[in-house]
Amino acid sequence: MSEANRFSLDGKPVEFQPGDTIMDAALRAGNYIPHLCHNPEFEPHGSCRVCMVAVNGREVSACTWPAAPGLEVESASETIRQQRRSLVQMLFVEGNHLCPACELSGACQLQAVAYYTGMLDPHFTHQFPRRAVDASHPDIAIDFNRCILCELCVRASRDVDNKSVFALSGRGIGSHLIINSPSGRLADSDFAATDKAAQVCPVGAILHKRRAYRVPIGERLYDRQPIDIVGDVAAQDEQNHDG
Amino acid sequence: MKSLANIAGCVDDIMATCGDHPELLVQYLCRIQWRYNCIPPEAIELLAVRLGLPVAHIRGVIGFYAFLHETPRGDFNILISDSITDQMLGSRALLDRLCRQLGVQAGVARADGRVTVDTTSCTGMCDQGPALLVNGFALTRLDVARVDAVAALVEAGTPVQDWPAAFFAVEDNIRRRDRLLNAPRSTDGALRLFLQQGADAMLETIDRSGLRGRGGAGFRTASKWRFCRQAPGGRRYVVCNADEGEPGTFKDRVLLNSFADEVFEGMTLCAGITGAQQGFLYLRGEYRYLLEALESVLARRRSAGLLGRDILGRQGFDFDIAIHMGAGAYVCGEESALIESLEGKRGIPRKRPPFPVTRGLRQQPTVVNNVETLFAATCIARFGADWFRASGTEQSTGTKLLSVSGDCVRPGIYEYPLGVTVGQVIEDCGAEHAQAVQLAGAAGTIIPRDEFDTRISYEDVDTGGAFMVFGPERDLLDMVRNFVHFFAHESCGFCTPCRVGGTLLKNLVDKVYAGRAGEYDLQKIRDICRLMRDTSHCGLGSATPNPVMSTLEKVPSIYRRRLCTSDYEPAFDLEAELEEARRITGRDDSGAHIGRET
Repeated sequence: MSEANRFSLDGKPVEFQPGDTIMDAALRAGNYIPHLCHNPEFEPHGSCRVCMVAVNGREVSACTWPAAPGLEVESASETIRQQRRSLVQMLFVEGNHLCPACELSGACQLQAVAYYTGMLDPHFTHQFPRRAVDASHPDIAIDFNRCILCELCVRASRDVDNKSVFALSGRGIGSHLIINSPSGRLADSDFAATDKAAQVCPVGAILHKRRAYRVPIGERLYDRQPIDIVGDVAAQDEQNHDG
Repeated sequence: MKSLANIAGCVDDIMATCGDHPELLVQYLCRIQWRYNCIPPEAIELLAVRLGLPVAHIRGVIGFYAFLHETPRGDFNILISDSITDQMLGSRALLDRLCRQLGVQAGVARADGRVTVDTTSCTGMCDQGPALLVNGFALTRLDVARVDAVAALVEAGTPVQDWPAAFFAVEDNIRRRDRLLNAPRSTDGALRLFLQQGADAMLETIDRSGLRGRGGAGFRTASKWRFCRQAPGGRRYVVCNADEGEPGTFKDRVLLNSFADEVFEGMTLCAGITGAQQGFLYLRGEYRYLLEALESVLARRRSAGLLGRDILGRQGFDFDIAIHMGAGAYVCGEESALIESLEGKRGIPRKRPPFPVTRGLRQQPTVVNNVETLFAATCIARFGADWFRASGTEQSTGTKLLSVSGDCVRPGIYEYPLGVTVGQVIEDCGAEHAQAVQLAGAAGTIIPRDEFDTRISYEDVDTGGAFMVFGPERDLLDMVRNFVHFFAHESCGFCTPCRVGGTLLKNLVDKVYAGRAGEYDLQKIRDICRLMRDTSHCGLGSATPNPVMSTLEKVPSIYRRRLCTSDYEPAFDLEAELEEARRITGRDDSGAHIGRET
């Protein structure tokens, strides 16, 4: 491959294909850039901002920025690591993320990225929002306390399942996930546990009932290896939930 | 309570008037809200069926815009402008008085459904505040007498259209005219010259004039038009951004009120140059009162052959303009969020690239220009590039309209050549004792007195035109607090740093204000500011820290004098947190209070 199809990531050359973002090319080449709202199966979103990198000195989200020849991309610097850590800390204090009590602990991307960025405490003031849990559906429960508004379920349900079960409402800190049914409850929607939207949640917000502890805590994906080695939980869903 | 009768008929009427397309969702919702003071569930279901949209999508759109509600507001929906300049004119005390008189709590509809009183972001009446919106219409110059009269009219159930017209008078307050505002008026002079000279020559004139975007970003207007013209694509669009939401800015209000022909002519000129056939004026909800007048200007221009097919007889020069209403969202002033809103969606800024000039409305090449930019373009087309360049500086050609408000004798619109000093404006508006000016609104910077020689220009300090004056007695931390609350309220919520950081920043500034912060909190404020500036998805998030960072740098005393001595203070007040426990146990002895043990 010619020079024309390469950029530099932390000083190492990375090859890219036409149409690639920095994230696409980096992941294909085996270079992990942390991310939460990004899933290679979907259009780039750019909302969590955890994949911030410096491109020629300017900070951009790797998942949305087009790869181009000769770019100098910095991902491993201490400044960027701190930024990512702060962003993850913000997500932690925004919702109610109580890892020891969460059935997804060990298989949660938020928790794994927190470890990856070296987060040891929430740093910011907890907002402790009051959010009801929707356990109405026979196979799926939604714990809105853990929703990080990545919109992967929104996108999967709309673009893959053709159901549009989810949408966001509100704005600012009041942004929240809503369900497309007359009552607003999941049981009254046409959601099914086999939907793509049920397989893409990077955190413990969309939960499959009766599967929570099939893999014991301590033996889960990120209990065994860090996220920069094993990658996204959605890509390994079978292994985690049914293993 | 307003009758919810005939919702189906209402939806039919609206669709017959506006057209029938999912893109018009926000337009339908605005009109349903105007009619019923809420979006009733039946209307949501009807729209979902008629437009083929999921109910949750429609509810998500309603939930995004501040002026759309699923739960009914009162028959009289009163929103008092909470801009810092309105507050400085006493808006909060008037709000309390109105609530007391009407027996309501701010933000909660009265039990009989008669009235809701609440606050809203700057309504663009800073030169004649305090102001409010009643059922969407701007009411200016509030004082005790006017508040009492409003309360009486509400209690009497007098329809808003029968309230005294004087309450709704909005003055232009043009205090200084320069070449743009002094130019002889015309409805078609620029278009006639365009047809004589051709698109290339006219674009060259705009280019040579050096005109840059007047909304604040300062992008060269001719470059934007050229990019759009050259971009591959089928249809092209011209959008006039009249979502004048920056607190302290009201120049577009005046231009739309008194110079609408020039603004629409500027859009038509842009269409002629870029090949666009459809234009939109995106009018902020707060300027609802201008809608009918603007529609009639459009109708007049259509019948004069200045809009529609074969404009001024030139075959194939087809262009028309539709007005779209905003519904209470500052972020929609960001051009890509505005486009999302035009498409009937939540106003979430798009990722860039691509930029609207290549992929904008309906993914087609789109020019989005500020009202003042289009107005200036029309004048430049008529009087030439040199005429315009004769004012201003090398990089900042021409004149700029400033919206002057706050502690000054003569608030209003001032047109100056760019490069004017802050001190000159201060002198002209009658504010000799001012301690500081906040330039460019909430997203701008503070100019303290010792920097009044600063020049307003793209080279020095850039502005969309807001010029808020603060007198010697003002506490600038009130201003900072107002702005961080504003930004937290207006964040679209899409990206983490703005959604969460904006609220954390607001809470920390409140902590400083309450006298409960330490040095550690200031450091945290700086860290959050830096993170928001560097990692936000759009300009709103990255500008939110501006008023905090600029005051921390230039007037740190407003923070320092409020710090408590300790280095670290917890975010919560332990004594206050014990209140619930005291209530439950019925104790109030000294042992039930922190630091009172004997």
